[in-house]
Amino acid sequence: MTRKPVDIGDPDRLYTVTGGRSEADDSFDLVTLIVSECEPTPGMQSEHARILELCRHPAALVEISAELKLPITVVRILLGDLHAMGRVSARHPRAARSVAALPETALLQEVLHGLRNL
Amino acid sequence: MGSATSELPSQRTPLADAAETGLKIVVVGGFGVGKTTLVRSVSEIRPLNTEEVMTQAGQGVDETAGVERKTTTTVAFDFGRISLNQRMVLYLFGAPGQERFWFLWDRLFSGTLGAVVLVDTRRMQDSWYAIDRLEHHKTPFVVAVNRFDEDERRFSLDEIRQALSLGDHVPMVDCDARVRSSGKEVLITLVDHLYSLALSREGTS
Ligand SMILES: Nc1nc2c(ncn2[C@@H]2O[C@H](COP(=O)(O)OP(=O)(O)OP(=O)(O)O)[C@@H](O)[C@H]2O)c(=O)[nH]1
Ligand SMILES: [Mg+2]
Repeated sequence: MTRKPVDIGDPDRLYTVTGGRSEADDSFDLVTLIVSECEPTPGMQSEHARILELCRHPAALVEISAELKLPITVVRILLGDLHAMGRVSARHPRAARSVAALPETALLQEVLHGLRNL
Repeated sequence: MGSATSELPSQRTPLADAAETGLKIVVVGGFGVGKTTLVRSVSEIRPLNTEEVMTQAGQGVDETAGVERKTTTTVAFDFGRISLNQRMVLYLFGAPGQERFWFLWDRLFSGTLGAVVLVDTRRMQDSWYAIDRLEHHKTPFVVAVNRFDEDERRFSLDEIRQALSLGDHVPMVDCDARVRSSGKEVLITLVDHLYSLALSREGTS
């Protein structure tokens, strides 16, 4: 995987793990937290199995991407598959009931409190 | 550069099982301005890096193959993590300020709480573009001046504000990206700013 800030290259190598698909489901945010709903099974695509292992505890999409060394788009596609099969659940940003009802100011106060305690 | 972020498999520190809300703050700035250093100094994990790709149809058709040429643009960025409490986790992204990166802004950073523009006073022009783009995307931001020891001119924050044509409403803060308490202060300055913006919105609605 190249690590230059900006790089232009050949797209085709990227999408072998997605069966050629390059259009991702944008409903998964970089910080959507993913949690496995089952254990990997034998014969499962290796990337799917790795995600299920990683997400025994919640992990953000971007962490999965970094751990698997796969671009965000590719991980979004893989997560879309797993989610459609009910193998992972997704905790989207600010969808949680404890947060969705909060006014922005109350949310930010919680953030400030957390930062001050660092 | 390469030493800033390790390529070794990380010792993963998992999040709390109760974690349910992920939040984003983005640190943008020119090459070598200290983005990764700032992320590292406040993060509970060693910064990780990853990339996003964007495939575009190329110009014209490859005559010999008869297929449309495509190009892929790759943008790399790194990130760290701060568990704010059992339920909320803040991800801090270090992102390059170059032109191409902004094509991916919406796909990566929509919904971000706000941004920190990290400035090196020896290369202030590197920040102009980032500031312009953040204003365009209506992303609230603060400007943090990373003071390098080698910089002898020590411009004041007011002088820097002028040089960057920043409005009075944009908070500015000095920092040393290598120092945790300083990085923490930068984040608090941003969230304080976001808080007053939200307060005035809630007050008028
Ligand atoms: N003296 C001093 N050096 C710093 C400071 N912040 C960062 N550095 C150094 O500056 C160099 C670049 O810092 P990085 O954090 O890698 O910068 P970056 O913005 O992530 O760089 P790129 O990702 O390559 O664009 C490193 O050698 C840091 O140790 C600072 O506040 N003071
Ligand atoms: Mg960096």
